[in-house]
Amino acid sequence: MAEQSIISPENLVYKKTEVMTDRELHYCPGCGHGTAHRMLAEAIDELGIQSETIGVAPVGCSVLAYYYLNVDMQEAAHGRAPAVATGIKRVLPEKYVFTYQGDGDLAAIGTSETIHACNRGENILIVFINNGIYGMTGGQMAPTTLPGMKSSTCPMGRDVKTMGNPLKITELVAQLPGTYYVTRQSVHTPGNARKARRAMKKALEYQKENKGTCLVEVVSNCPSGWKMNPVDSNKWMEENMFPFYPLGDIKVPGKGLVNGGKDGR
Amino acid sequence: MTKEIRLMKGNEAMAEAAILAGVDAYFGYPITPQSEIIEYLMSANTAERTGMQVLQAESEIASINMVYGAAGCGKRALTSSSSPGISLKMEGISYLAGAELPCVIVNVVRAGPGLATIQPSQSDYFQAVKGGGHGDYKLIVLAPSTVQESVDFMRLAFDLAFRYRNPVMILTDGIIGQMMEKVELFEQQPRLSEAPEWATRGKKPGEKSTVVTSLHLESEDMEQVNLRLQAKYREVEKNEVRFESYRCEDAEVLFVAFGSSARIARKAMDLARMKGIRAGLLRPITLYPFPVDEVRRLAGQVSGMLTVEMNAGQMVEDVRLAVNGRTPVEHFGRFGGMIPGPDETLKALESRLEEWHKKQPAQAE
Repeated sequence: MAEQSIISPENLVYKKTEVMTDRELHYCPGCGHGTAHRMLAEAIDELGIQSETIGVAPVGCSVLAYYYLNVDMQEAAHGRAPAVATGIKRVLPEKYVFTYQGDGDLAAIGTSETIHACNRGENILIVFINNGIYGMTGGQMAPTTLPGMKSSTCPMGRDVKTMGNPLKITELVAQLPGTYYVTRQSVHTPGNARKARRAMKKALEYQKENKGTCLVEVVSNCPSGWKMNPVDSNKWMEENMFPFYPLGDIKVPGKGLVNGGKDGR
Repeated sequence: MTKEIRLMKGNEAMAEAAILAGVDAYFGYPITPQSEIIEYLMSANTAERTGMQVLQAESEIASINMVYGAAGCGKRALTSSSSPGISLKMEGISYLAGAELPCVIVNVVRAGPGLATIQPSQSDYFQAVKGGGHGDYKLIVLAPSTVQESVDFMRLAFDLAFRYRNPVMILTDGIIGQMMEKVELFEQQPRLSEAPEWATRGKKPGEKSTVVTSLHLESEDMEQVNLRLQAKYREVEKNEVRFESYRCEDAEVLFVAFGSSARIARKAMDLARMKGIRAGLLRPITLYPFPVDEVRRLAGQVSGMLTVEMNAGQMVEDVRLAVNGRTPVEHFGRFGGMIPGPDETLKALESRLEEWHKKQPAQAE
């Protein structure tokens, strides 16, 4: 078959969703953010709700998420995205509202906003990217940094005696009556990415039914912050992050907490 | 038709005015001496009356960010607090100013610094008129001196906020917030039905998405944003100066005071007149934009100016800037929640008269 006929439109089996813009991503090579963006964009596309969706970008690596996600968006102050989303949803309850936040934004400076939005059961989707580090500021310790894991502010490794333990905020918010669907996913393989997209789509469908807060955590990598190449970072993530942050549903509609909410299995 | 006159507490009157002004949403957090605002709204059945959303947030920080979200959707959003709470809101206020979002923030000022006291004060003047948060920005600041003005300024504040896409602060204090006066309420205004073009309401098919942000990574872009903001502030300074003058026509000496202090200064002015001292009173209503031209004009007429403030001397700096050395400008204040009396205010004026008169009195040219 000639090359030209292979790339003709009728042979197209997969294309970029229109909910992603054509702008070149600023993320480091191998970073999970791009895939996570795309899975969210595809979920919005599949539901046909692009024109009814309003997103909130955080402060962190994904501060410019609105460059790439082709929906109306607001840029929040550091950690305040769930409060901004609350303000949006309260005045436009018929719209689909999501926040897209990293671990520092959501689980350190924004802990209060996260917990209280979840506790009020705000009808929003929180997409939580957990890579265990502050990426944008250059690889400092995050609330989710693993014990012993090195960062620029714990160069000898996180010492839990003086620096505290990693915060499993996803398990924490799953305990609140206001949350409806809480799950932990990853996007480092095609299969995992598809699962993550399904989770985000489900969460947006629940939002239409006003079921309460849905939180989809994506355990992700940070090749630059972890000082690894992309392949090694994914391997390291599987070997070190997943045992501490196990993938799977944590709170499921109709069934409540999975495994007592202890972890995602 | 006779207008309805009601006896209302300042805070409650502002809350009712917010409903009547067609405000879409209020987000707040309790703090004395302004908690009546959220209490009133929570019991006023706003959802049924106008559809106004009222939410008690988990913090001042969350509430100002909820305001940001609602304002970003082109809705009329309101929050209120008192001094320590306003400090917490300052991060969000800077973001609102940077993203050019309209909203109204009420500060029922209590004395500071720190937790201090719940008693009335005007010690947040600097914070209100000089920006307060980080970055080069301005709030439009309205200072009511009566419960009636507290009501009227709620509507005016939203008009100005949307006209300039800028946060507006109503700077009042525990006296006006807590006292009862008769008020005439205005008619119910409709809530906004149309979305401004800058609002996030969902991307229209075929059109570019709308983004509300204060982030501009390129310095060239950020400078342009700053220049645009400054141009806007010059427009505000040109168009929106508001003040009130009492007996300034023949005044030889001048009180300058705002808010509740202006009421005390006015009494002191009357007492001075009874003693044959030709005193006048200038009451700035907009603290930003400050009535610079009027102060400058009066500087050519009077032999001295005395600001009366419930603080250690804040507005006096703006008066001095306007006067630019043409006439003496001094400050009289009580602070920490103490309220100056008319007699001591008059004494403060009298104690300066001799020195002022010794100097060459400025002549109106």
